[in-house]
Amino acid sequence: MKDEPGSTNLFTKLDSAFIRKEPFGLVLIIAPWNYPVNLTLVPLVGALAAGNCVVLKPSEISQGTEKVLAEVLPQYLDQSCFAVVLGGSQETGQLLEHKFDYIFFTGSPRVGKIVMTAAAKHLTPVTLELGGKNPCYVDDNCDPQTVANRVAWFRYFNAGQTCVAPDYVLCSPEMQERLLPALQSTITRFYGDDPQSSPNLGRIINQKQFQRLRALLGCGHVAIGGQSDESDRYIAPTVLVDVQETEPVMQEEIFGPILPIVNVRSVDEAIEFINRREKPLALYAFSNSSQVVNQMLEQTSSGSFAGNDGFLYVSLLSVPLGGVGHSGMGRYHGKFTFDTFSHHRTCLLAPSGLEKLKEIRYPPYTDWNQQLLRWGMGSNSCTLL
Amino acid sequence: MEREVQRVRQAFLSGRSRPLRFRLQQLEALRRMVQEREKDILAAIAADLCKSELNAYSQEVITVLGEIDFMLENLPEWVTAKPVKKNLLTMMDEAYIQPQPLGVVLIIGAWNYPFVLIIQPLIGAIAAGNAVIIKPSELSENTAKIVAKLLPQYLDQDLYVVINGGVEETTELLKQRFDHIFYTGNTAVGKIVMEAAAKHLTPVTLELGGKSPCYIDKDCDLDIVCRRITWGKYMNCGQTCIAPDYILCEASLQSQIVWKIKETVKEFYGENIKESPDYERIINLRHFKRILSLLEGQKIAFGGETDEATRYIAPTVLTDVDPKTKVMQEEIFGPVLPIVPVKNVDEAIDFINEREKPLALYVFSHNHKVPVGWELITENIVSILFLISVPVY
Repeated sequence: MKDEPGSTNLFTKLDSAFIRKEPFGLVLIIAPWNYPVNLTLVPLVGALAAGNCVVLKPSEISQGTEKVLAEVLPQYLDQSCFAVVLGGSQETGQLLEHKFDYIFFTGSPRVGKIVMTAAAKHLTPVTLELGGKNPCYVDDNCDPQTVANRVAWFRYFNAGQTCVAPDYVLCSPEMQERLLPALQSTITRFYGDDPQSSPNLGRIINQKQFQRLRALLGCGHVAIGGQSDESDRYIAPTVLVDVQETEPVMQEEIFGPILPIVNVRSVDEAIEFINRREKPLALYAFSNSSQVVNQMLEQTSSGSFAGNDGFLYVSLLSVPLGGVGHSGMGRYHGKFTFDTFSHHRTCLLAPSGLEKLKEIRYPPYTDWNQQLLRWGMGSNSCTLL
Repeated sequence: MEREVQRVRQAFLSGRSRPLRFRLQQLEALRRMVQEREKDILAAIAADLCKSELNAYSQEVITVLGEIDFMLENLPEWVTAKPVKKNLLTMMDEAYIQPQPLGVVLIIGAWNYPFVLIIQPLIGAIAAGNAVIIKPSELSENTAKIVAKLLPQYLDQDLYVVINGGVEETTELLKQRFDHIFYTGNTAVGKIVMEAAAKHLTPVTLELGGKSPCYIDKDCDLDIVCRRITWGKYMNCGQTCIAPDYILCEASLQSQIVWKIKETVKEFYGENIKESPDYERIINLRHFKRILSLLEGQKIAFGGETDEATRYIAPTVLTDVDPKTKVMQEEIFGPVLPIVPVKNVDEAIDFINEREKPLALYVFSHNHKVPVGWELITENIVSILFLISVPVY
């Protein structure tokens, strides 16, 4: 919260220049259903820390959490500064007609556009934490079992309903041959022979999402898994192969425990494939060669990047989480949340005396003025005085 | 339009704009352009705003050169990956933040400081490794023309492209997809830009405006205060986004303020202001007429003379201004300074807080308890610049 001093030039030497972190005012936070507590409360923490008042709109899809938050939060937080609003897309639409000083939205790119358009009417700044299809490139030069462990863990975590989960794999047919048995072995190890009875595998949030995901099981061929149970909203940890780029499973963010593998012949082809599509929120590259990992990093763009692992960086408060392009704008976590919800106000405190030193900037101007101005403005360091 | 943007995007995809050496090279070429063609650039700005070349230099060119030098010095460090603190889970890993270019950036300029407001963002966009489409304001015609002429002579012609045109061309341009849009101008168009950007989920930077209040406390050195206000207000004939737009002060101070500003105006611009090389003109007839209309029904304490043929409006001060009148409804952007009397600092704060957040806010007082503590007054006053005159501690 402390003011950040700014370095001065010759004309502002006697002044105090600094950046103040101030609240924006009234903040609207619209939260999603996949990590309903975390993705609602972490932004809230930042908004409050920055001194704002908050209107919170938890997701109506994660009904249990919505109910608890609406009940519990007013018991702990100042009710005049802060409110929970409940409702579906219609109510959210109405909410968006009001003027806020900042809007923080986590959700899909489609709704992200709606939020930003509504914000534009009031010139309200926004942070949009969106999503996309996060590519996962697996090089020929790597240990299939290690890769399988890591990819499977991050893919099937929360039944795949994670914005930064690896969405699809890009690898050569040869690598695919080695990866499939490794993935099967990992899945059995994590969830047992009957994953549906494992206490460590999540379920799909609701019928609508379940139906959508079940339809995706028809794409390509099922190499692993493929079972589903409507009464349980269960979808088995699945791997699809022989998937075409045009099929639905490669057109939308999967957001479920289904991992398609698309074949490419080289890292260059993988990069080309990735760059033809929207910038993703996360991007993964697995390779024993740091050169390959670096090439992937340099020649693509994504919100975040991980080499040889999954989204572990989400646990690090020293790095921000945010998207680029269709995967979002703005970022947060740790201090970045505080900065997101603060207006950084430039301030200059000048002495009211010592006017003689400021005289030089007043007209009428002469050549002498110009000389001094050139010299003064150019001096960013102290050394000239 | 679509083809132009596509061409620039192809150039970006070639990867040419990314290496540090290329960026530094382009920035150095830009500096050479400014230095070698200084005369042409100053002449263009001077023609657009009836500004002396000396003032065009000190108000625009000097800032551009400073920015380029600053960039050249610091860029090598800025482009490097920044390692961050790790936790137990990531102990064995390398964790860092790597700045990368966004892609194709659109920069839309304004007409009041037509050169710096387009080149300064351009410097940053180039430094960050992007390709850029530059759209100077059509109102500052001469600068728009000179920028279109000079940039291709010094910079990469496929990566940095100037597109000139009016509302129609800009609207077409805004339909295209960019990776960032940087707009300087008014709030009405700002909304249009952001709405167009929303269709593509393009992040924007909007440098807009507003009515920047200027509070004068009774406890201050009025001589100095009035000199500083006169300087800030009438520079560029009031056509500055961060100029003090209007004054708030106790009614008893008005006549003194008027007198001192009048004297200062004489000192700065001479007896015959029209002849002063340091006093500019209004950009065009439409704005000239707009500003004139703000004077209707107002008490003109001094000034008020105009000359349509040269788009001249004298430095003007209005007193006892009614907040409901037109001059207090829109950003003035001209050499007209209304004084709105208030009872005290608390009333001034209420007045300011009832209105839209301004770009700049000025407070003049010896009493540093008056403006400084945010718990005292600055809650909900949010602005970019906040100037205070306080005793030297």
